Amino acid sequence: MSVATDRRTDLRYRVGLNLRAVVGRSYPRIVGANREPSWIFFEAFLPLLGIAAYVFIYQFFGFQATAAILGNPPMCGNHVCASVAEQNQYLAAVNANTNALIASVVLGGTMVAFWLNVLWSMASQLYWEKEIGNLQLYMMAPMNRMALLGGMAVGGMVMTSMRAVSTLVAGIFVFGVIFQVANPLLLLAVFFATLVALYGLGMMFASLYLLWGREAWNLSALMEEPIFFSSGFYFPLGGLFRIPGWGPAVAIAGSFIPASIGLDALRQLTLGSTAFGGSLWIFNVTTELEILVGMAVLFLILARYCLAYLETLAKREGKLTSRHQ
Amino acid sequence: MSTYWRTFKTAAWLGWEMDSNWTEPWLFVLYSIIKPVAGAFILVLMYVVFVAIGRPQGDPDAFSYMYVGNSFFIFVASVLFGTFQVIQSDREWYQTIRYVYISPISYYVYILGRAASKIAVSVFAVAITLVFGVMFLGVRLHLALTDVPLFLVSTILGLSVLLAIGICLGGISFLTAKHTHGLAEGIPGLFYVFCGVLFPLSVLPEWGQAIGRAIPLTYWFDITRRLLTSTSASTSTVNTTLQGFDAPTILLFLVVSSVGFFGLSVLIYKVGEYFARKAGKIDMTTSY
Repeated sequence: MSVATDRRTDLRYRVGLNLRAVVGRSYPRIVGANREPSWIFFEAFLPLLGIAAYVFIYQFFGFQATAAILGNPPMCGNHVCASVAEQNQYLAAVNANTNALIASVVLGGTMVAFWLNVLWSMASQLYWEKEIGNLQLYMMAPMNRMALLGGMAVGGMVMTSMRAVSTLVAGIFVFGVIFQVANPLLLLAVFFATLVALYGLGMMFASLYLLWGREAWNLSALMEEPIFFSSGFYFPLGGLFRIPGWGPAVAIAGSFIPASIGLDALRQLTLGSTAFGGSLWIFNVTTELEILVGMAVLFLILARYCLAYLETLAKREGKLTSRHQ
Repeated sequence: MSTYWRTFKTAAWLGWEMDSNWTEPWLFVLYSIIKPVAGAFILVLMYVVFVAIGRPQGDPDAFSYMYVGNSFFIFVASVLFGTFQVIQSDREWYQTIRYVYISPISYYVYILGRAASKIAVSVFAVAITLVFGVMFLGVRLHLALTDVPLFLVSTILGLSVLLAIGICLGGISFLTAKHTHGLAEGIPGLFYVFCGVLFPLSVLPEWGQAIGRAIPLTYWFDITRRLLTSTSASTSTVNTTLQGFDAPTILLFLVVSSVGFFGLSVLIYKVGEYFARKAGKIDMTTSY
């Protein structure tokens, strides 16, 4: 065995090579993107406006409900308020629910940033690399292709964190959202499990999108609003279970996206499990964390298999790098 | 003029082909329906959740206000994106901008033509969303026959404003990296917040209301809602802050601001183009 072959099969060398590949692929996302100052405005500030719109919708509903309670006659639910005490009780409930719903939107907006990054910078990325001619270089390079996807994921997470953090900060300081974090360690565990599961899904999609060709762009576009809806990005997912018939089916379908379960757990951990009268949660936090860990492992394994299939196909058909297909 | 028309026609055909030729027609139709209907359903669910925990008697006025605004907002998101992404997709994705740009046509008209296909698809999506709302969600719509000309004029003006704003963004994107998605999300978000699309201007602070009144889309949404919803401004529980103006006055505001925005779009486009040419950025790629 030659020295070069011996070196290539050495475990330490392979681990080092793949770690360097992870760093190398994440580098342009972390450093390269930040070299473009306009990025901060376009990717961090502007999207906040969309989140703000959803916040104002709940404020609008809150104002309308408050106006009805304070109206003439004052309405407490479906009946006229019996006393001032009942009126105050209803007002307090509307305020508390409005704040909790706004907090739900802020958390959903944070997760939207990661989901969009998964769609447009993970799932579509290999197809995009093919179009601009980088894919053939990746396929020839000696590292494991999972390291490449891992680098994309790490870079994407770091790049997107700025937008996510700015959404959270805006939620707290501009919209006055109050979070009550009783268990920060569990919160971190849920957050990172959600991210790993999400990016694992993105890594799996990256290979599949490459096979689906030009439909990839449209698929990503199609997985925005329908997923925001079915996964409860802007409302507690339990709301879907309130709709008889199709509601639970849509909620269950949406739960296959890790963000839905992750958001449910994050909302419970930051708003308290008694928020919304405790009636809009899916499972308890521990169960949801277990599901998320299971999803993370499953999606990473599936990503590995999809990538292996893609490589086999590339070698057999020899047209993987043909552009505009 | 004939060159402009030929450019527009060819660009519109090209835009349509690029939008629709990736798949079978039935899948394209399905795709065109699912996305806007899902967008409307997000709002429906927000309403359902609020009613379930905060206001059991419901609020049909607020729901109709929100639903109609959201339906017409499909135009905003789609037409804006369809306009400003032309430069970025030709430059970054297809890398054909240098060939189109040096050809003896007006690139401004070419962008308008490319956006035309998005308008066609949006008309379909808006109609589907409204019909869905009427049939399944109890949204009450009523367009009197005498109001049809006013409705058509206001819609054409609204779309013209959108194209003008899209061209302004296109002019800016000559100089920026590939921020298509940030722009696609952010700029419609700006209008979502300040133009009384989903909630009335009265929800915003004074400075926010002032911004809203300076944007023509606010008047477009207001007049469209007045013409389409059966609830009159005087009986509605929703305070839009524009009840003091009658429909012709709102239309006048829309006409004046449309002309202003058209002039602005030409100016910003020319300035963006000038600096991009000077800096050699017309065909740059920023693939990270």
